[in-house]
Amino acid sequence: MYGWIGKIGRVDLSRGIVTVEDLDPMVAREYVGARGLGTKLFCDEVDPQVDPYAPENKLIFATGPLTGTAAISGARYNVVTKSPLTGAVAASNSGGYFGPELKFAGFDALIIEGKAPSPVYLWVENGRIEVRPAGHLWGKTTHETEDILHAETDPEAKIASIGPAGESLVKFACVVNDKHRGAGRSGVGAVMGSKNLKAVAARGTGGIKVADPAGFREAMRDAFEKTKAHPVTSTGLPTYGTAVLVNIINAHGIFPTRNFQTGVFPGAERISGEAMAERTLVRKKACFACPIACGRVTRVKSGKYQGAGEGPEYEPLFSLGSDCGVDDLEAVTKANYYANELGYDPISFGATLACAIELYERGYLPKDDAGVPLRWGDGDLLVEMARKVGYREGFGDFLAEGSYRLAEKYGHPELSMSTKKQEYPAYDPRGAQAIGLNYATSNRGGCHVRGYTISPEILGVPEKLDPLTTENKAAWDKAFQDVTALVDSSGMCLFTTFALGAPEVAAMLAAATGVAYTVESGLLAGERIWNLERLFNLAAGFTAADDTLAPRLLAEALPEGPAKGKVVGLAEMLPEYYRLRGWDAEGVPTPETLERLGITWKSSSSRSSVA
Amino acid sequence: MGKYLKVNHEKCTACRRCELVCSLKRSGEFNPAKACLSVATFLDDDFYFPVTCQHCEEPLCQKVCPAGAVVRNEVTGAVEIDQDRCIGCKMCIMACPFGAPVSVPETGKVTKCDLCQGEPECVSFCQWGALEYVEADRAAVAKRREVARRLMDVLREVAG
Repeated sequence: MYGWIGKIGRVDLSRGIVTVEDLDPMVAREYVGARGLGTKLFCDEVDPQVDPYAPENKLIFATGPLTGTAAISGARYNVVTKSPLTGAVAASNSGGYFGPELKFAGFDALIIEGKAPSPVYLWVENGRIEVRPAGHLWGKTTHETEDILHAETDPEAKIASIGPAGESLVKFACVVNDKHRGAGRSGVGAVMGSKNLKAVAARGTGGIKVADPAGFREAMRDAFEKTKAHPVTSTGLPTYGTAVLVNIINAHGIFPTRNFQTGVFPGAERISGEAMAERTLVRKKACFACPIACGRVTRVKSGKYQGAGEGPEYEPLFSLGSDCGVDDLEAVTKANYYANELGYDPISFGATLACAIELYERGYLPKDDAGVPLRWGDGDLLVEMARKVGYREGFGDFLAEGSYRLAEKYGHPELSMSTKKQEYPAYDPRGAQAIGLNYATSNRGGCHVRGYTISPEILGVPEKLDPLTTENKAAWDKAFQDVTALVDSSGMCLFTTFALGAPEVAAMLAAATGVAYTVESGLLAGERIWNLERLFNLAAGFTAADDTLAPRLLAEALPEGPAKGKVVGLAEMLPEYYRLRGWDAEGVPTPETLERLGITWKSSSSRSSVA
Repeated sequence: MGKYLKVNHEKCTACRRCELVCSLKRSGEFNPAKACLSVATFLDDDFYFPVTCQHCEEPLCQKVCPAGAVVRNEVTGAVEIDQDRCIGCKMCIMACPFGAPVSVPETGKVTKCDLCQGEPECVSFCQWGALEYVEADRAAVAKRREVARRLMDVLREVAG
């Protein structure tokens, strides 16, 4: 095959058996790769009712046909599984170098099933997969794990691992690769931990063939020039990283602060990309094949928060920063280092701590449980809890369940800023209506990277929309969700879409694979993937009632800033969204829609299931 | 004087696009193992360095080649391996201090950077100018000027 390697590795951890299978070209064509391919393989094999921690749940690492190529930012892989945080299908996306290396090692995807009797890691090298004991790695941080495995396998190996958070089933544990990149959301690392799988190390010297090398070069050259020419991808992101957004989003009054009690954070400037460039930035770094280089190599050179690593990105600057009221850049940076080393999602962690602080402030959460006073703006508290949560130590054990379960425990689930139990990212949707609809309808729960409509609503790309109105937003959401599903499945990074769109992605996909992808068929693939995820979630027990937002966002007006007085007009957008999607009033895809997309969904009830 | 491939390691972001476009051009596939250069990345030390053929004035690869296959391109100054003459003995790989020659398993022969006949693919797809193809007799002056500019910035900052 071209673009794709054509091989899938299957590892049965319960029995320690490895098999290598051929990738079905029809499945590859229809579901592309990475998120789409992983989801298709997952839905074909796993009962939607499965307990996320049961051996019957599977964990799929999947790359796309453009992963490992010179397509712009072709670095991505996805981890697909049933999420322990949400109960929905999870597809967590990461860059770095691991995904490309998995392909050079000879695999488009790994399907990991069962549960190892004791800790193991996988050594993937040029077409072979070995299950190796990992007792000596258990308890180690992701960074320690990578150092040990580099010595044990190959210094050039690329490694994806879990830290103590994944081992102890923190519900938002992530898979970390190349030390500083994470398949971050929905707790995919906890599923890996439940399988006693500590790490996957890959090394390969194989190549990726493309169907039309000259055509690919031409399409890639075009995309490269556009990426170089666009201010966001050529200047904004390279200069300040994603943290460039802090001041922009705060100026729009939608930088969530103190558990979404307001959207204006007085300390924003102190935790901005500009502040990072002045105080902590060492140099910029790129993922594989990426000309944007938004990665931030950083240091806290001295003081009690001393450390080294990468980031924080924009998201943790909100979750660890403004959402907890913390404007101490060094404290936020240190907490972010813990997230990478202990292996968990800093968005969900910070948002859960913010929820805990509000519960405490309102007198719902007793000090005996917290152990210490929970106060806004307390950098020491943030850093202490960032360590404790990774080990489920003390109050960290409470936080490790995520904000919804925490708030529910104290009788106030409405104070969890989440949808489908996954915490919201760094945009208050009351001042950006389309992103509100996205949070409500994202197939993995509260999430901004399933349809980043902040781009038109705030950044004016590809055109400026009024962020405060609901008119026509359903159509924008659907369009963004479908193209994002395509980009996520190609192996390219979503950040390229500031400069590129479906035409460029389809052109590179077509030249790489030899499949005649067009804008139309590419977007149809995106829509197909979106609907398949939806079908899984419906079969897992979700209903239209779950397509909603935290009550605060629907009923409490923003108290200040440019979006003052606004709530999310979800009811004005959701019915139109269902209609545009070809779903019935209950949010179920109609038979006509499924036929149009070529999806055959069979009830999985006959398959193995665990209570 | 001719042009040479100049490495500005401080501008490198470790994206390795140079390896990809090099391997595509030379082998028709994306494969860092077949590229004529590699970005050596020491991620923990924040040091990334594209290691390339230096096209030496007195190339060891040429001296050890028993087949006379290593030749200098008079137009570009590149040290090249004539594939018709190469006998695949790999002596050049052993002799080169930079790891520049690459074995090609398909042919059994050895290949290396030829500066793409004067239009290096790696340079044309490097976003940050970490790789440049520059006139040798101007590179030193340009670097000195850059040093002086930094000194000027510091002096101005100190002077307020």
